[in-house]
Amino acid sequence: MNTVADRLRPLTGHRLFWPALVLVVMIAANTVYRPGFLAVEVKNGHLYGTPVDILRLSAPLILVALGMTLVIATGGIDLSVGSLCAISGAIACLHISGAADQNSPATVATALALAFGAALVLGAWNGVLVAVIGIQPIIATLILMVAGRGIAQLVTEGQIITINSGPYRAIGLGSFLTLPLAILIALAAALLVAAFTRRTALGLIVESVGGNAEASRLAGIRSRRVVFLVYVVSAACAALAGFMVTANVSSADGNAAGLWIELDAILAVVIGGTSLAGGRFSLSGTVLGALIIQTLTTTVYAMNISPQTSLLFKAVVVIAVCLVQAPAFRARFRRRRRGVEPGPAAPQREKEQVPA
Amino acid sequence: MSSTSLSAVRSWRPSLPRRHVPVLATLALLLVMYGIGVSQYRAFSNVQVVFNVFIDNGFLLVVAVGMTFVILTGGIDLSVGSVVAMTAMVSAALLRAGLPAALVLVVALLIGPTLGFLMGCAIHFFEIQPFIVTLAGMFFARGMCTFISDSSISITDGFWTGMSQERIGDPAGNFVSISVLIAFAVVLVAAYVLAYTRFGRNVYAVGGNAQSALLMGLPVARTRIAVYTISGLCSAIGGILLSFYTLSGAPLIAVGMELDVIAAVVIGGTVLTGGSGYVFGTVLGVLVLGVIQTLITFDGSLNSWWTKIVIGGLLFAFILLQRLIGIRFK
Repeated sequence: MNTVADRLRPLTGHRLFWPALVLVVMIAANTVYRPGFLAVEVKNGHLYGTPVDILRLSAPLILVALGMTLVIATGGIDLSVGSLCAISGAIACLHISGAADQNSPATVATALALAFGAALVLGAWNGVLVAVIGIQPIIATLILMVAGRGIAQLVTEGQIITINSGPYRAIGLGSFLTLPLAILIALAAALLVAAFTRRTALGLIVESVGGNAEASRLAGIRSRRVVFLVYVVSAACAALAGFMVTANVSSADGNAAGLWIELDAILAVVIGGTSLAGGRFSLSGTVLGALIIQTLTTTVYAMNISPQTSLLFKAVVVIAVCLVQAPAFRARFRRRRRGVEPGPAAPQREKEQVPA
Repeated sequence: MSSTSLSAVRSWRPSLPRRHVPVLATLALLLVMYGIGVSQYRAFSNVQVVFNVFIDNGFLLVVAVGMTFVILTGGIDLSVGSVVAMTAMVSAALLRAGLPAALVLVVALLIGPTLGFLMGCAIHFFEIQPFIVTLAGMFFARGMCTFISDSSISITDGFWTGMSQERIGDPAGNFVSISVLIAFAVVLVAAYVLAYTRFGRNVYAVGGNAQSALLMGLPVARTRIAVYTISGLCSAIGGILLSFYTLSGAPLIAVGMELDVIAAVVIGGTVLTGGSGYVFGTVLGVLVLGVIQTLITFDGSLNSWWTKIVIGGLLFAFILLQRLIGIRFK
């Protein structure tokens, strides 16, 4: 038994092993339950099928989770992304709905630019609160999380703005080279972020700020600037996700757009193996985490269970993944006979847990 | 308005303990807001307006008291809104099934603490962040709501309707509901426990520095698990009060309530990193939220979303205030 375990250790020890296993098990369970689950067909030059749907619908979550990964890597958290989704979607839809020709690319481009700009400003606000004034991230972004929903409703005046714009709709539902455009945008963003963080020193700097902001500053890194930047990036990602969410339904609802996406994004990041304490991050893990969450949601829908009840399954998966990843839990399993005190695991903690 | 109170407070600083400043600022804000209300609207000075704030926010008050315990230890509990909904839902479903009211009360009051206890254990023994564990708890409780029923269940039980309609008032016609009295009882018990018992001191100690508390030999594990259990119990009581108030259990009731609760606790002067804050401040925080809603209702021309924007603005002002007076803010 030991030899098998030893041989498997490099595999099971890989940080993406458990999330990947969960995803594979879920897909396998789905295929057993519904043999047609994995079927993909080509219609009118587009790919159709459940896996394609999962990819398309997971695009906004992947985007938000990407930004969230960077924020969490610096030891922060961004609760405002859901509200930012709603605001950016609302501004874009408001501009388009007021235009004479909703289908003109120029209108859509202006709308996107306006909304994107607004999101960047709000991201900068978060960044200033955290990096300059030094407010704890969870509260600093809580402000915009609460007020942002109000702002979004202020923009839409409490109504649901419906638009009829082909180019805007394409952001959510269009396709390019037979693949959904949304997932391509998300992938492009993922690759861009990966290139910037892993091909340059930026990723290392982000991790070092998350590990110890003060030490990084003494080592010559402008910690504040890095922290400020990650909140702006997170807001930019949230704005893109907001466009997709609103384009999917061709309408902007200040209340419902991007609701709870911040929680899903944080879950995706945590499932992907990024520590909430900051100091290390895994972009591939985050993408995997987002796919897990979307697969779970789609699975539950496909089983004819109400969307709200799907939260039950989410809770189970979250707890399972977190327990498996928790060092204390693993230590306990290995040395079950030791006392109640979780002493052995304590030194493994990289730093004092932030109260997040 | 908060800036004037701040500068006024500053000049007295030598005689004023710093940790009281946020609570006093909240009190000043509350008085200013009430003053604005009274000066703008004639009916606002009616005593019943104040009572109505309590009647409408009794359940929020109870839940916020539980949240104060958790935040004082430096944790957070996102599950409260869902637990409130689940408790109301379970009571409604059990009453519909014909169980006696007393039994339903006991069962409903046991669910919240049990969930809180389990979450506390996961947080303490497996060292998973409170944020994630209580998020899972939130999903679980909300999922249970729809699992019980997709639509709302009305309550027709005699005890519930009695509690809902009972009015305790003075000859002038002003009244409060029994829920308000229950909420006050919870507040008093919580304030006593925090200020005058060994457990209360432990809560502050763990929030101040868990490592030091452990080295001092304080029961960190017990305290940490206990605060989540208390928060669960308060959510359960809040759920019962909400079911008295609405006489129904609905799967989507109290969505986003955890944000209001956290906002109330922060506006009440409790520091989110733990170790500093009072139950009295939380009461003021809840009242501030209640008065904002009342003001916006009285105005009539402002829409409900202004509530959120104002709450966000107040959160910002109070966090800035905490930062300025420099209470142990990392």
